[in-house]
Amino acid sequence: MSPISRGFHRRHQEAEPAGRVPPGQYVTHDFPVLSAGPTPHTRLSDWTFSIEGSQSPASWTWEEFQALPHETVTVDIHCVTRWSKLDTAWTGVSLDVLLDAVSYTAPYVLAFCDGGYTTNLPVADLTDGKAWVAYSYNGSALAPEHGGPARLLVPHLYFWKSAKWVRGLRLRDTDAPGFWETYGYHMYGDPWREQRYAGD
Amino acid sequence: MDALEDRVLDGNAIGGMLIEVFGAEMTTAVGTCGKCGTRGQVAEMAVYRSELGSVVRCRVCDNVLMVFVAIREVTCVDLRGLASLS
Amino acid sequence: MAGTAVRGRLTWQTATVGTVTDETSKVRTLSLDVPGWGGHQAGQHLDIALTADDGYRAERSYSIASAPGEPVAITVERLDDGEVSPYLTEDVQIGDEIEVRGPIGGYFIWDPPVSGDGPLLLAAGGSGVVPLRAIIRHRCLVGSSVPVRLLYSVRSQAEVIYRSELDHLNQEADGVKVIYTLTRQQPPGWTGYARRVDQQMMAEVVWPVASAPAASAPPASAPLAYVCGPTNFVEAVASDLVALGYPPQRVKTERFGATGTP
Repeated sequence: MSPISRGFHRRHQEAEPAGRVPPGQYVTHDFPVLSAGPTPHTRLSDWTFSIEGSQSPASWTWEEFQALPHETVTVDIHCVTRWSKLDTAWTGVSLDVLLDAVSYTAPYVLAFCDGGYTTNLPVADLTDGKAWVAYSYNGSALAPEHGGPARLLVPHLYFWKSAKWVRGLRLRDTDAPGFWETYGYHMYGDPWREQRYAGD
Repeated sequence: MDALEDRVLDGNAIGGMLIEVFGAEMTTAVGTCGKCGTRGQVAEMAVYRSELGSVVRCRVCDNVLMVFVAIREVTCVDLRGLASLS
Repeated sequence: MAGTAVRGRLTWQTATVGTVTDETSKVRTLSLDVPGWGGHQAGQHLDIALTADDGYRAERSYSIASAPGEPVAITVERLDDGEVSPYLTEDVQIGDEIEVRGPIGGYFIWDPPVSGDGPLLLAAGGSGVVPLRAIIRHRCLVGSSVPVRLLYSVRSQAEVIYRSELDHLNQEADGVKVIYTLTRQQPPGWTGYARRVDQQMMAEVVWPVASAPAASAPPASAPLAYVCGPTNFVEAVASDLVALGYPPQRVKTERFGATGTP
């Protein structure tokens, strides 16, 4: 049994259970950066966002993307490493707008990104105003360390699903684990049911 | 150099975990990148470490060489990016 | 390989804090009493774990500050937003218990029978001086006459760790020379380096390396470099050394990340 180190306590106390903070989380005023690899630096002139795997694949250049209807939203975000950040403001294009451009029946996607990161989601969790491809945070262009030029934003799931440096979605008939899911993180990741790891 | 690159470590930083996982000192083990063929000691590989897990990459081509994720006392280890490790 | 009993498996051991020494306003050295400690080599580190009374556990790694044969000691820098370092630098008292496992590391080690007798070029950025100080102490304790140059980059004189020990080494003139570069603030009358390490400074400080035919391995008496500190410091210094002719296999690196401790 491990000895108790007298007087040592965790730095961040868990938030009181409340409507806004999921179980096991603490509120931070920082914006921690967690990474699995080097920061990509894709030039906007090379950047595209694509939706693949349907009969009518779609792709947008940066200029085309900027011309799409966009919105600014304020959301809370929850990281599986236990920090939550409240009232974060993002500007981006709703996945409803993007998915409307393709005709599809597939129920799942795999989001793919510069640098090779992937994450999987049900299409139903991207539609009806639940998700965006965001390119601006707090009124400024999204910084590369936070996923700029654009990242997925899916605030109702743990933040590893909000893939940084996103470049597109691959529609799929089956749910295939992305990068972290392959190593044991939950396939779905609902912070309100504390679905951090496979089997939760 | 941007802030993220300042945070990149090397294989020394995961020395204890490597002994746990492999049962032996591994920082002097030599790995060969399965993508570009670069050979190097684990101590000199690029390590991206966060509370999500540790991702070890080739310094030359950024190929993922090893991934370690510790969940509930079990460490999942993926070495498929290495052509060899000795 | 998994599951078999293998020599060298690490286990957590309970350590008791023995002595506490404040090195600077933010840095403290703790000596640890670890029953059954099997000894260590100069340059190695250990992992520590703290458990709170609610079961919360935090683990960190710290370089061993003492030489082989001396009591195990670690030197910890307090990070303003840290979780473990404030506890170790402000709260911990003699007699407190922490868990340690180690020693760890087979690469960033100086051991004369293995490392050879080449002159040592040690480059420290901030708290990266800790394992290099262990190397210097080992060199002195075993009576080695290997020449040592320590280039120590630190923001100001007040932040120099082990200052009296390092100044004493300079005065002793026993083959160990410490060259400071104070990057942000210098005392009045300072004539030393006052900027971040660059290739010009390195060229003035390092042991020259005789160029060798590419195919041959450097002799055991060629200079050996150990570079430790924040990642951007290590990257810059290591590439400067290679540009000055140091073979990459004679440059050992240990990166502490952005904040100075892993």
